[in-house]
Amino acid sequence: MSEEKKPVLETRGLGISFGGLHAVSDFNISICSGELVGLIGPNGAGKTTVFNLLTGVYVPTEGTVLLNGVPLNGKKVHQFVAAGVARTFQNIRLFDDMTVIENVKVAFTKDIKYGLVDAFFRTPRFWREEEAMTKKAMELLAICGLEDKADVLASSLPYGQQRKLEIARALATDMKVLLLDEPAAGMNPTETAELLACINTIRDSFGIAILLIEHDMSLVMNVCERIQVIDYGVTIASGLPEEIAQNPKVIAAYLGE
Amino acid sequence: MKKNGIGRRYLINFIATAVFFILALVVCGNGGSRMKLSVVPSIWQCCYLIIMAASLNLVLGFLGQLSLGHCGFMAVGAYSAALISLAFQRAGFYEEKSGVAFLLVLLLSIVAAGVLAALLGVLVGIPALRLKGDYLAIITLGFGMIIVNVINNIPFCGQQGLGQGSASSALYATGLGFSNDEKVQYLWVALLTVILCLSLMFMFVRSKYGRAIRSIRDNEIASESSGVNVNYYKVLTFTVSAFFAGVTGALYACSNAALATTSFAFTNGSILNSVFIVVMVVVGGMGFLTGSVIAAVVLFLLNYTIKNGAWVAALPAFLQNVFTYPMLVYSIALIIVIVFRPKGIMGSSEFALCDIPKWKGWLQQYFASRKAGKEELRHE
Repeated sequence: MSEEKKPVLETRGLGISFGGLHAVSDFNISICSGELVGLIGPNGAGKTTVFNLLTGVYVPTEGTVLLNGVPLNGKKVHQFVAAGVARTFQNIRLFDDMTVIENVKVAFTKDIKYGLVDAFFRTPRFWREEEAMTKKAMELLAICGLEDKADVLASSLPYGQQRKLEIARALATDMKVLLLDEPAAGMNPTETAELLACINTIRDSFGIAILLIEHDMSLVMNVCERIQVIDYGVTIASGLPEEIAQNPKVIAAYLGE
Repeated sequence: MKKNGIGRRYLINFIATAVFFILALVVCGNGGSRMKLSVVPSIWQCCYLIIMAASLNLVLGFLGQLSLGHCGFMAVGAYSAALISLAFQRAGFYEEKSGVAFLLVLLLSIVAAGVLAALLGVLVGIPALRLKGDYLAIITLGFGMIIVNVINNIPFCGQQGLGQGSASSALYATGLGFSNDEKVQYLWVALLTVILCLSLMFMFVRSKYGRAIRSIRDNEIASESSGVNVNYYKVLTFTVSAFFAGVTGALYACSNAALATTSFAFTNGSILNSVFIVVMVVVGGMGFLTGSVIAAVVLFLLNYTIKNGAWVAALPAFLQNVFTYPMLVYSIALIIVIVFRPKGIMGSSEFALCDIPKWKGWLQQYFASRKAGKEELRHE
């Protein structure tokens, strides 16, 4: 009997209601490392709400999120990140007045050991850690093809590269699960293709689990191994891309009956 | 270890600061009566205004939170320092304001003022920094008012020991309050304090702490999602800022003959007012420490020359009338800066000695881009 892979991220009966509105209910998903899962659904179906639940922005009214089998109930957003859940945003949220490399270095903050005294008096430890961090940040920028833009202000990057910088910053948190919220939104086909290559490299070289929200169906069908579809906060289908494409419920949700 | 010119930059800055420090002391120590009566006291005032503006810049410019109660921390520092010095004097630790014993007390009171203000910073920061924007401004404004009233009503600050709401004339005679001669004698303490405080602030903002708090300013949600413990860094920055404001208070206690809580009150019409410190930070550029230094000195000089300058009398009569309302002049100055240099007088980079050789290139680039812009307009 083959040993079943243990999921990195798992949810059990996750749900949240705002007042009387059940935005998401009974959401179950499990992702193993190295897996790329797509989360799709019509507008307003609750996809981003699911992301907010998975990253601790919203506190679920029912159910739990488990990371490597450990429940993350009651933790704050930055503790979710420390545990290993990183995300990007649907509408880009970069640190505009900081340089590209600083944007990535912010994500290292929680891993830096030096304290106030080291910073104030510039101890050797400070220089050692800063140098190591610069090197690591440059490696991550290289993966996303931004190494020659390191000292440019983040706000002056073109749109596609801002998206990539967000991914680089998420990678810098040293996560086990990466949540990408519409990474290809507003991109032209060339940029989308580049992004696709970037995502594939990340998955192969980091061996992490990726959960992807996306409206670009060709992208979803191409890269995702499994797809979960939600509508009105309820999971209506999940399975392989080919199955999903032919599922009558999904077609009905997208096109109407 | 310190590669790519960082070591060289540190060295150049260190040498330049040392040269400035020694030069200032030599010039001020050997000046005539004018030097003693007006220049050195002005330098003392500049010293505490500079640290004040720079420390508020940590919260306002780097962390992006509006605090209107900064003078409250300064008041705490001033009273702590004054009372500590008086206590030592009454205990017979020192007789005259000279010698090693007094110097020790002076340094102790400066540090203790900072530490006490920082403690208060933690206490105020933990509840206050849960709020944002206008609400934080209101709560810090309230804090500034509360502090003044609390000090007024503490027995050993107020009624009994030192006279109602002031550490009164006793301070001048026996405590920290310096006479003009002593201001010259201890000028090095003030200058060294400024240099140390500014260096520490630079080290703070150019480390992981600086990056974290700037990320909070730029986008709090993204910052939290990048693993930054937002509340911790907010309170920490508030505390560090309060520490330096407390140090400022100690310098203030040194350079004034008596302490009165009215000088830290929100209604105080002089340059030492929490709102005026905010103006200094805005004029100097939010997020640029060197800008705060320059703005503090420029606004002090403006304030000083409007009060004492001969040039005001030389102006036409209708303009003179405007200058009888100095606050009006500052507002106009602020509006001009906001319109023409919205990022502050510094523009978008810190002043750095090592960048001076590059200035020519930057100017050329600037004029070239302006010219190009105009030509583009003409073509359209």
